[in-house]
Amino acid sequence: MTQSPTLSRRAASSAPSQPRKSRRRGADARAGYTFLLPWLLGFIALTVGPMISSLYLSFTNYNLFDAPKWIGFDNYVSLFQDERFLQSVGVTMQYVVFGTPLKLAAALAIAMLLNSKRKGQGFYRSAFYAPSLIGASVSIAIVWKAMFGDSGPVDQGLSFFGINLGGWVGNPNMTMGMMILLTVWQFGAPMVIFLAGLKQIPADLYEAASMDGAGPVRKFMNITWPMLSPVIFFNLLMETIHAFQIFASAYIISNGEGGPAGSTLFYTLYLYLRGFSDFRMGYASAMAWLLVIVVGIITLIFFKTSKSWVHYSGDAK
Amino acid sequence: MTTMATPTQNQPTTPTTPAPVYNPKSESVMARRIKSTIFHIVALALVAMVLYPALWMITSSFKPNSEIGGANNALWSNNFSFDNFATAMEGIGGVSTLTFFTNSLILAVGAVVGTVLSASISAYAFARINFPGRGLFFGMMIATLLLPFHVVIIPQYIVFQQLGLVDTYVPLLIGKFLAADAFFVFLMVQFMRGLPAELDEAARIDGAGHVRIFGSIMLPLMKPALISTSIFSFIWSWNDFLGPLLYLNTPEKYPLPLALRLFVDQTQSSDYGAMIAMSVLALLPVLVFFLVFQRYIVEGVSTQGLKG
Repeated sequence: MTQSPTLSRRAASSAPSQPRKSRRRGADARAGYTFLLPWLLGFIALTVGPMISSLYLSFTNYNLFDAPKWIGFDNYVSLFQDERFLQSVGVTMQYVVFGTPLKLAAALAIAMLLNSKRKGQGFYRSAFYAPSLIGASVSIAIVWKAMFGDSGPVDQGLSFFGINLGGWVGNPNMTMGMMILLTVWQFGAPMVIFLAGLKQIPADLYEAASMDGAGPVRKFMNITWPMLSPVIFFNLLMETIHAFQIFASAYIISNGEGGPAGSTLFYTLYLYLRGFSDFRMGYASAMAWLLVIVVGIITLIFFKTSKSWVHYSGDAK
Repeated sequence: MTTMATPTQNQPTTPTTPAPVYNPKSESVMARRIKSTIFHIVALALVAMVLYPALWMITSSFKPNSEIGGANNALWSNNFSFDNFATAMEGIGGVSTLTFFTNSLILAVGAVVGTVLSASISAYAFARINFPGRGLFFGMMIATLLLPFHVVIIPQYIVFQQLGLVDTYVPLLIGKFLAADAFFVFLMVQFMRGLPAELDEAARIDGAGHVRIFGSIMLPLMKPALISTSIFSFIWSWNDFLGPLLYLNTPEKYPLPLALRLFVDQTQSSDYGAMIAMSVLALLPVLVFFLVFQRYIVEGVSTQGLKG
């Protein structure tokens, strides 16, 4: 599609209409880069540049005050001997592995419930979506902490049913459950996307299946799931990547410490503490790059495996 | 749902249903009505469950401290008052809550202006101009959507610190003016691609350049995309915690999320009521936005996959 400008200029001498076209192409190139300038500047100055320098810093002992000293792979090696780091990996993994599928399952289930021509759909959709808009805020983290605290409404409610767990906030065995509930609570955003996807599935597919005697389970497995698979894939990828980066709620709920007993020491919280409280910026950069690599590998795995279960309309319905 | 009109050949001839004594049509209306009622009961129960935390937060903010937590957790109270809000408005550390509001507003408006300008201009290049390297840069832009941004915060902090810009709003706003939120660029590119190409062609024949095409043809047509972008960049900036946490040190410059953290640190749950009242205040603009623009917000999410 993009012919090099020199080539078209040479060809221009033969046809009369060409010079105009090549002039336009040159003008387009200039205009293109001029319009792109804001993004391009930001991309170079705020993304590519910092990425390269954090890669460099990850091989140094930089602490913000002294000049960085090259220490090779020392940061990466000591990471794997750092118990707090390993704990933060464990905490984050638990959160991603349990929280994301639960959230998506809730999103899909409720989207399927709402996917009908009944009245009030707009209201339900908005009501379920609302938590997604506020869920990551400091305010909700404070409320969550109060609700799950000692004799808060959750404790009270469970006691009513004879379950005496006490406050979840101070109990290292319960904090993860509380964090996962917080993310599941925000199922509205993927739900809205699922709902849009469900509306694209032609109704006659279900009618044909009904006539063939298919029950709801078979309809789900053979129609809904494959037809919705691109949307499921999109939601799974985005939610997984976002789950790795949870920060504000964990910070507020644990007073910025990751407690109790490190049970809310999420990866990015530990990265923040290392980088901006201990000023071990080289170490924190190594953590950041490990995160990029892990997220990159997971993205790659998702895309590779997607060929076997994601169906795009176009390749054999 | 709809009944099939034409019975096909391979459909078995209607099984031996006895001649209808009852009217099948009226029964299906009944069945539908029952189903519909069950649907609404289930859906409303779910809504109540999902909105319970928000409701609890709002009612608690009007309750005296003694009634939040403890044995008295019902949503209702006979002692509702604005006392908590009065305490919350006093602010913290000698800074009035109004100052925190103003700061949040400055940051959010700055974010909206910067994002709308930079994202629409950059998106025009991606969507409407043919230039070498476009595909490559577009791919890179998409890649930044997936990139954990923690990988850039340390070097960015170091640079801003050396430039003496820590404890100013520059580090928080500069990215907005440089289209750093790739989501919005992507949203606008998608939107512009949906506009007919004949528009540009006609304008070109009339002698319009890119600046005129962008300014007088594209921008007016992009209103829906510009509105979604404004709403979301406002809310994201309003709720942002990590950015201000990294860069701001003086309480006079704090936006609400940081002020809330300060409040939590200093009161240490001794004054739950005021803390929750302040949380409500901090969310108020977001809730108002949601009520006013919910159509745009929910549509934006369903068509662009925007995160909340």
